[in-house]
Amino acid sequence: MLEMIIISSIKVIIVVIAVLTGCAYSTYMERKVVGHMQHRIGPSYAGPFGLLQPLADGVKLIFKEEIIPDNIEKTTYLLAPAISFIPAILTFAVIPFGKDTSFFGFDIPMVLSDLNIGILFVFAVTSLGIYGIVLAGWSSTSKYSMMGAIRSSAQMISYEVGYGLSIIGVILIANTLSLRELIELQMGPLWGTITFLPNWYIFSQPLGFILFLTCAIAETNRSPFDMAEAESELVAGYHTEYSSMKFSMFFIGEYANMIAVSSVGATLFFGGWHGPFLESFPMLSVFYFVAKVIMFMFFYIWLRATFPRFRYDQLMNFGWKVLFPLALLNTMVTAYFVIL
Amino acid sequence: MNLDTIIFIVSALVAVSGATMMISLRNPVLSVMSMILSLVAQAVLYIQLGALFVGAVLIIVYSGAIMVLFLFVIMLLNLRGSEDLGRQSSPIKMSTKILFSLMLFVEFVFVIKVGFFKGDIPLGVMSQTTDNFGSVESVAELLFTNYLYPFELTSVLLLSAIVGAVVMSKRDAAETKTDESAVAVKDSDSKEQVVES
Repeated sequence: MLEMIIISSIKVIIVVIAVLTGCAYSTYMERKVVGHMQHRIGPSYAGPFGLLQPLADGVKLIFKEEIIPDNIEKTTYLLAPAISFIPAILTFAVIPFGKDTSFFGFDIPMVLSDLNIGILFVFAVTSLGIYGIVLAGWSSTSKYSMMGAIRSSAQMISYEVGYGLSIIGVILIANTLSLRELIELQMGPLWGTITFLPNWYIFSQPLGFILFLTCAIAETNRSPFDMAEAESELVAGYHTEYSSMKFSMFFIGEYANMIAVSSVGATLFFGGWHGPFLESFPMLSVFYFVAKVIMFMFFYIWLRATFPRFRYDQLMNFGWKVLFPLALLNTMVTAYFVIL
Repeated sequence: MNLDTIIFIVSALVAVSGATMMISLRNPVLSVMSMILSLVAQAVLYIQLGALFVGAVLIIVYSGAIMVLFLFVIMLLNLRGSEDLGRQSSPIKMSTKILFSLMLFVEFVFVIKVGFFKGDIPLGVMSQTTDNFGSVESVAELLFTNYLYPFELTSVLLLSAIVGAVVMSKRDAAETKTDESAVAVKDSDSKEQVVES
């Protein structure tokens, strides 16, 4: 019992540190990639290739003056950054990030908690993340913040439906809600016959994957769906009135959310930690998982550098009139084939 | 005192205090937040009983969707808790409040009395469940066999509520349109007058 508690605590600490480092270096990756896409070189002064830039940013954010406006709702104003940050981190509690392994004679499952309703947990927790944004916008008593919050809550309500429905296809095929079982089902050749391709659900559920990706971008408030913080219209949207570490909590929360959604996407559609040569080198699985997550993150950044922002009404129309019916259609077709 | 009891006591306390804060706080947004707190604690209680699916759905549907709508409406109406809700109470209002509170209290005591002293419910009945109790499969099986009729009825009820909401919002839109055109007519009138003068 005591051993289990110690091992779990160590795992939790490692995962949280890894996620926070991942957030820091996502900002570096974003600036570097967007820079190169726009024929710049991005951050390059701090350390070799600018690799110490996230550290410098962190120090800068901590030492910046903290300004708290006068006419705010104090309680919710102070709570909001934490509320937007914690659900993002909580998601990692159920995501398997490697093949089970043993260390110094202890069997260590490479997942913090193997829930048999893993996906539902992920969706439950991510649906709570919106409160941080809404409360931040409301408690700042500022027009721009308020607009950002209202937009983001309307957007979340519209896209949550499509987001949930887009993975129903995968669940129907897999007949399980446990993320560990989902990964195990994605091993082996495609549909049991095509040997050169793995049985990843992106091949069985291409439409489901596209819907998932689109809704996930809307859920994480990223460009081209970043209406909540559209800087050319709303200053900075919901976090206009925040400064210093509180602002950076929102920032880290946003990146943690992106990494969480990327991990879920990699697990559901790309076989999670699955890859070749795992029998001889089990630790490669963690590498595969991280590589798949980085691929998703690159896609996020690529989109940001490529697409202009949607207009607000276009966004709502797209969510309800295109994504939602397509997700329903995908569910119906998949259900038909599963019953056959 | 094992871990289960500790988790139960903590989450029960959080649930009850969240519910109490919901009705006692003056700021409506804080009320919504305490209701969410209470719901999350209730989800923990469900999960502890083995009803994983119900717990997860409680968070997804109530905390994740319905309470967002509540918050959205409160924010749109811009209720900031400065209004003195219920301060100007007349004797009639006061006596009604006391009467209803008393009735609720009596009901509460009665329910507890029936629940505790009936005698045929042994303590610890919650743990005597089958293996797949509360799993997605067992819930779905019950929902689509024994309770199919009420399940479908509920969906029809929800559908009619949606249609009703759409109809009402459409009618409002038509009314405001006529209002706007009236205003536009007035505007053009006044402009003409300005031009004439």
